[in-house]
Amino acid sequence: MSNASPDIIDELVAIAPGSRLDAVRRKRNDARDNAQKSYLALFEPAFPGNVTAEERFAVAAFVAGLHDQPETAAHYRTEFAARTTRPGLLEAVDAEIRNGATSGPYGHYPAGPLSREDKAGPIFRTASEHSEILSPRLAAALEHVHFLVFRPRDASPKALQALLDAGWSTTDIVTLSQLVAFLSFQIRVVAGLRALSAEISAEASPRLAAAAN
Amino acid sequence: MTDNVITYSHADRPVFFTRDEIGWAPWLEPAAESELTAHQREGLIDEGRVKSPYFRLLARDPDILGARTRTDKDIFYNPDAGLPRAERELVAAATSRVNGCIFCASVHARFAATYSKRADDVQKLLDEGVDADLGARWNAVIGAAASLTKTPSSFGEAEIAELRAAGLDDLAISDAIHASAFFNWANRLMLSLGEPTAPTG
Repeated sequence: MSNASPDIIDELVAIAPGSRLDAVRRKRNDARDNAQKSYLALFEPAFPGNVTAEERFAVAAFVAGLHDQPETAAHYRTEFAARTTRPGLLEAVDAEIRNGATSGPYGHYPAGPLSREDKAGPIFRTASEHSEILSPRLAAALEHVHFLVFRPRDASPKALQALLDAGWSTTDIVTLSQLVAFLSFQIRVVAGLRALSAEISAEASPRLAAAAN
Repeated sequence: MTDNVITYSHADRPVFFTRDEIGWAPWLEPAAESELTAHQREGLIDEGRVKSPYFRLLARDPDILGARTRTDKDIFYNPDAGLPRAERELVAAATSRVNGCIFCASVHARFAATYSKRADDVQKLLDEGVDADLGARWNAVIGAAASLTKTPSSFGEAEIAELRAAGLDDLAISDAIHASAFFNWANRLMLSLGEPTAPTG
């Protein structure tokens, strides 16, 4: 049961039971429970299909590294390190995170009035020296992931065709897309609640000091 | 079976942000309605969603779809205090405006306009983008969504101070964070798995 595993967002934000933020999260208990169930559905799936644990955590380490949110990045890197069986893969993904670092969102709108808002930016390709260690399947995934993280408005059927060509089935692509999209959510909840937590502590400490007097 | 992408030559594909009801067409084959398993139907949660190609495509991985939908519903529909529904929808529209999801923005701009009764201001957000001046409170809420939507996120002390100054309490701020974070999830699925289509009828 999900009760057996500690709540991952609470862990990454460092929310203590009984704290103000704990109370806030429990006012939206279904969202709290289902954010956790989403995490488990993607990272401890009852029906994993063709997407391996190593692939899931490689993608997660890459996504979290690109978002540069330290707690989440450390969590997924540790989980990936514990699961990867390919020598050198962890270091290759670390290097790809450094190669892929940029800021988004950028990209192009369909031609028309929004074209004036088009914003150019890097099109990420994995390094050729990693092609063997990554395999075509994982290399295609990381290239797709980078697009989905930073320039989702550049979407096209061609991007999906590249995944199909690299051995991802339609169902695998749905799982991969959910992985990246869910992480885009989870990382922002953690970043947002950490900022709120910091503000609450800063506000509370002078008051506590005053109360102690 | 070899899987293929589905392509279209819609001459009338929507190319700007609108509050009109537009459609959406998948680039990958959804699960067929007649072949949905009990597990997939469970993932859809609402029976009506069997008619939606978007949800039938996501039903290919039912467990994450079900948990996604329950997360969504509580963030947006839980009526117990926090950020008013109108402003949760405003956050969804603003996030979609930043990411560039024309379809998501159309749905949630309509909801924001309906619940807030400020259709002109919502339209200004769509037309001018997240820097439109819509008054202190909406500027704070939209600004928070826009900064959290950047990758890496730039949301922090300054945005929270603006939200506090606009009168948001802990729960309302948390609702704004969750609504924006959730649309960073939804936008990426909607944008990358298919395309918006012209209004029907």
